[in-house]
Amino acid sequence: MIGARAALVLFTAFLAAAPFFLSEFYVTLMNYIGLSTLVALGLVLLTGVAGLMSFGQQAFVGVGAYTSAVLAVHYGASPWIGLAAGLALTGLIAVGLGVITVRLSGHYLPLSTIAWGISVYFLFGNLEMLNKHDGVGGLPPVAIAGWKLDTGRESYVLIWLVVLAALLAARNLLDSRSGRAVRALRFRATMAESFGIDTARLKLVIFLYAALLAGLSGWLYAHFTRYVSPGAFTVNMGIEYLFMAVVGGASQVWGAVIGASLLTLLKEWLKDILPTFFESSGNYEVIVFGLLMLPLLHRARDGLMPVLARLGRAGRRAPARVVTADPLPRRAGPAAGTPLLALAGVQKNFGGLAAVRALSFDMRAGEILGLIGPNGAGKSTAFNLVTGVLPSDAGEIRFCGGRIDALPARRIARLGIARTFQHVNLVGAMSVLENVAIGAHLRGAKGSVRAMLRLDRDEERRLLHEAAKQVERVGLTAHLNDASASLPLGQQRLVEIARALAADPVLLLLDEPAAGLRFQEKQALAALLRRLRSEGMSILLVEHDMDFVMGLVERLVVMDFGEKIAEGLPRDIQANAVVIEAYLGGIEEDAP
Amino acid sequence: MNADIFLWLVQDGVTNGAIYALLALALLLVFAVTRVIFVPQGEFITYAALSLSLLEAGRTPGTIYILAVGGLAAAAIDGYAALRERAWRRLPRIAALYIVLPLAIAFLVAWAAPRKLDQWIQVLLVLAMVVPLGPIVYRIAFQPLANASVLVLFIVSMAVHYILSGLSLVFFGGEGLRSSPFWDARFKLGVVEISAQSLFVVAASLLLIVGLWLLFEHSIYGKALRATAINRVGARLVGIPTALTGQLSFLLAAFIGAVSGILISSITTLYYDTGFLIGLKGFVGAILGGMASYPLAAAGALVLGLLESFSSFWASAFKEVIVFTSIIPMLVWLSLRSRHVEEDEE
Repeated sequence: MIGARAALVLFTAFLAAAPFFLSEFYVTLMNYIGLSTLVALGLVLLTGVAGLMSFGQQAFVGVGAYTSAVLAVHYGASPWIGLAAGLALTGLIAVGLGVITVRLSGHYLPLSTIAWGISVYFLFGNLEMLNKHDGVGGLPPVAIAGWKLDTGRESYVLIWLVVLAALLAARNLLDSRSGRAVRALRFRATMAESFGIDTARLKLVIFLYAALLAGLSGWLYAHFTRYVSPGAFTVNMGIEYLFMAVVGGASQVWGAVIGASLLTLLKEWLKDILPTFFESSGNYEVIVFGLLMLPLLHRARDGLMPVLARLGRAGRRAPARVVTADPLPRRAGPAAGTPLLALAGVQKNFGGLAAVRALSFDMRAGEILGLIGPNGAGKSTAFNLVTGVLPSDAGEIRFCGGRIDALPARRIARLGIARTFQHVNLVGAMSVLENVAIGAHLRGAKGSVRAMLRLDRDEERRLLHEAAKQVERVGLTAHLNDASASLPLGQQRLVEIARALAADPVLLLLDEPAAGLRFQEKQALAALLRRLRSEGMSILLVEHDMDFVMGLVERLVVMDFGEKIAEGLPRDIQANAVVIEAYLGGIEEDAP
Repeated sequence: MNADIFLWLVQDGVTNGAIYALLALALLLVFAVTRVIFVPQGEFITYAALSLSLLEAGRTPGTIYILAVGGLAAAAIDGYAALRERAWRRLPRIAALYIVLPLAIAFLVAWAAPRKLDQWIQVLLVLAMVVPLGPIVYRIAFQPLANASVLVLFIVSMAVHYILSGLSLVFFGGEGLRSSPFWDARFKLGVVEISAQSLFVVAASLLLIVGLWLLFEHSIYGKALRATAINRVGARLVGIPTALTGQLSFLLAAFIGAVSGILISSITTLYYDTGFLIGLKGFVGAILGGMASYPLAAAGALVLGLLESFSSFWASAFKEVIVFTSIIPMLVWLSLRSRHVEEDEE
């Protein structure tokens, strides 16, 4: 990562030196780049990392700008009061918009932000108090302890200090407990919920942060240009901010700087050069932007930042840092042999199909119970009912005596149930260590704000230490810092188990952990599960591989067509005629 | 407000609502089949409306250049793909569809424009210019990304909107245009006076909606569209080419956009960027209907038309604000109902 650090030092040095050698024109341009970077950074977190999309950031910029403008011009308030009021109003609106959209499918947020952007634009242009389309002028400059920032160069200092602080805060956030959860939001929301992460709330936090950055940018803009009018907050601006995030590389914090710089400079240049080619006036740069976006989206959807990063970085990531830290506190589990999990008459229908029908079984602490059956028997559905991924239609599920059938997945995780997924559910771009640390999410408490301010480091060390311990437990220490997507399937399944173990569960639910594994890998997996049992772990194992479960489990529950058809010791099950028929298929009587 | 004004507002609302309903159906169709939130639909409205106005004035609309150049670009992309796969046999078809046809239409329009032909012929010319843009846009911008996520496709939509709206300003300029009504009569119905043009718009919308329904229920292409909308992978497995259904849905969207543009051009003055707002109102209508069912979307659009008409009476400056914030109650309701956790496909 030396390349990255050198780039950072060079960048900061350029920023520090720029106001001394750049002309007034370019200082102003740099100010606009900084203002756009703030907004684009919010979109990087929102779109690139969390998978949410907003075309309404310009409206938040407008709210930040207009609030301070009105307070300063009509009421003579200091810009600092305007800042507080602007951010408060932006935040309030963002929470309101977020609450009603983050639970809905991905396309609702962008559509409603377009609608909101248009509404706000027309509102700005029609309100008497905001001088309608003429806008509000004569704003005072920001003053810090008597020093008035009334030139472009002075504004430059304030704008870029704020930008750098926001970039660092965003980077810190991504490298933390909350950050790992945010990075799981886009493709792995079900998994995140299963480890106790409130994904809707987290999406709201990110949306709020992006909106506040936009509001902050608006405040800086208003007091730098001293004039606010609706023309600066059109829907097209909102689209351009998103283009900036995409061009830079929507998943990388520094992509915001690159995207904002490139598009701002390009726009300026195009405005100079294009009118010389065409006679009539027009928004030619808009056409060029659109035409540039198409090949970029077709060919390099991750933006330019990864390309640049590849140039600077040689070889692999840094070797594993072995963190030492106080171990996290552990949960007191129930004594071996006490009732742990009980299903009574559990039912689940999908339309007319009864996927699980009146399923009942009990499980005691300290045992490995196998839930087996042929494909389509309803095992995975039963599993999803226990973990709260699906709501059951009837019946009772009790865990340690308390009912859990009405609880969402993240509440069940809190009680000490951790699971793996049949289809490996890891965040591919994150390292093995980070993936496993998601499992320990509920064992930490420090939130996004502390992460941005780096007040979470002690807890973070303990979480990573715990994660490293679990990676060691499944024998993958050599791959601690590899991207999880680079591992073969067998090892990815072990990462899944390590992540579940990091939650310090009372009950471990494994969904077909042996599927797709080679013989040796299966043996290693069986050895690991035996070791876990000897350490007192209770395991519910869903499998259809009979050979794998037979030597491993104490008891078996066999399902077919959604019903329990047998229950008992492995050797009894092997001799059970109903089970054999279910697995091998009955002999049809009228067959020729 | 007296009964006269009330009924007049209702008439106005229903007329606009019928057009929004058409748009909402097209947008829902494109979204279901291709997962594209088709924002550039609005540009088709603009192109059709302004082209018709220009033809009426005896001027050649710039749409023909967009059509010809767009066709050439699509031909280049498709031709390059065909050459790489050494599929020589596809070349004549590509040339016919993307080069010969657009150029023929362009020359025909250029020849017909100064002759100020009958209004109905002008309408046909407008449809001939605008409808092929649908499949061309799909071929250039969306087909290479058929498997991308909804969000990526949304950004592509915005890029296409940028290009088309930029071109709109270049070719149509900043002035507002309005075409003459098809039928300039007025009827007395009790106390209300109904304009024939409103009746015409509503009837045309109803006719198109019934036509769409027939297409979906009774033609093999309609069934292919429905199958793709329900299950893309499944549709592909039974041999429905998703590139074809994509192009077909864009063709229908462009057709509906063009018809809406033609209908609306005589009711209101349009500028180069008006279509964008009108198209978005189609989305608002679709969202008011829950973004899932066609009849509900049409009903939502009708409600929106009425809301717009009444708010333009009571608070005309804030008409757009009211229209676009009207989705909030619907979003709240949808949000309260949803329980499952949403995640993107990778």
